[in-house]
Amino acid sequence: MIRMLLVLMAVSGLFAFSPPDHRAEGYSIGDIAADFSLKNVDGDMISLSDYSAAKGFLVIFTCNSCPYANAYEDRIIALDKKYKSSGVPVIAINPNNPKYRPEDSFESMQKRAQEKAYTFPYLMDVKQEVFPLYGAKRTPHCFLLEKTDSGNVVRYIGAIDDNYQDAMEVEVRYVEDAIEAMLSGREIQIEITKAIGCSIK
Amino acid sequence: MRRLGLLMVLVAFVSCKSGEHSMNYSFVDYETAKPHQLLSTSYCDIPVYTFDEFEKLLKVHPQKTYVVNFWATWCKPCVKEIPYFEKLQSTYSSQEVEVVLVSLDFPSKVDSQLLPFLEEHHLRSQVILLDDPHQNRWIPKIDKDWSGAIPATLIFNANRRSFYEKSFTFMSLEAELQDFLN
Repeated sequence: MIRMLLVLMAVSGLFAFSPPDHRAEGYSIGDIAADFSLKNVDGDMISLSDYSAAKGFLVIFTCNSCPYANAYEDRIIALDKKYKSSGVPVIAINPNNPKYRPEDSFESMQKRAQEKAYTFPYLMDVKQEVFPLYGAKRTPHCFLLEKTDSGNVVRYIGAIDDNYQDAMEVEVRYVEDAIEAMLSGREIQIEITKAIGCSIK
Repeated sequence: MRRLGLLMVLVAFVSCKSGEHSMNYSFVDYETAKPHQLLSTSYCDIPVYTFDEFEKLLKVHPQKTYVVNFWATWCKPCVKEIPYFEKLQSTYSSQEVEVVLVSLDFPSKVDSQLLPFLEEHHLRSQVILLDDPHQNRWIPKIDKDWSGAIPATLIFNANRRSFYEKSFTFMSLEAELQDFLN
């Protein structure tokens, strides 16, 4: 009996000391999202806390190299233009390691941001620590955050809309619907969506 | 590109087994699910399915094990592992294993990317183009935990079904398949 107890204690001790595996999980709706300090294409370090007037953030893990990210690029620019003035700016983060995806190097990011005249920060997740914390699995992958007294609360996770092929054929604008609902204090109808995308490397 | 009326004629002339009557229980069977379009390479036909059409093909067969890989020509890790799936197909076809390569290439890039890729590589495995933009509806039907990132692979037979959101080496792929065959 004592031996069993000892084994039990040893086993529970093991569990107590192994850290929770955030990599596998990422955020769920309602979680408080962590802030970060990442380098922007203009060389500045950017954190969510820099935006004192923001009501929330549309954090999008995206990149240069993924055709899905390219297909959504103009729509990401449009989202920033539409909602930045309402207090919900786009924060784009490239999660890829340029060692595996040379098109996603910092220099290539700078070039892309300049060519397309990005109106939002385009940050590099240099240590690749932010995307696993959020639970981003692919590009593009959106996380809508609402700024509250207790922190930046995750309100929506998923795709921008329901048609990557053709912006004109979109039937449901997931992100826009979620932002509109969030800003007017309504319940967000669709909180999580799935979409095909490029795995993060 | 070609109308369905031409299907029967085409089937008679192609070398691969697309849509052939199911003596060997091919995954693609035009009687079970008619593709709404058929693309052609010099050696094979590529049926184009919406998810509702494709879903009808995901049925179990008492003897067969299907290895269904979701890929695209623009996805580098996917292209890297295609030779492993081809090798799996040739090594295990005598053991009632069929590999199916489900392309998620953009329909607008079929002529410029997918078809040239298939001409260059002469794939032995069955290739399908899954053309359905309503991904939020169909991704969870393949697997509830699939984020949508590719490469991704579904292996199933009458006894088991497993989904993998990951890249494989030939060894790791073969090891997974062995679990289904034993």
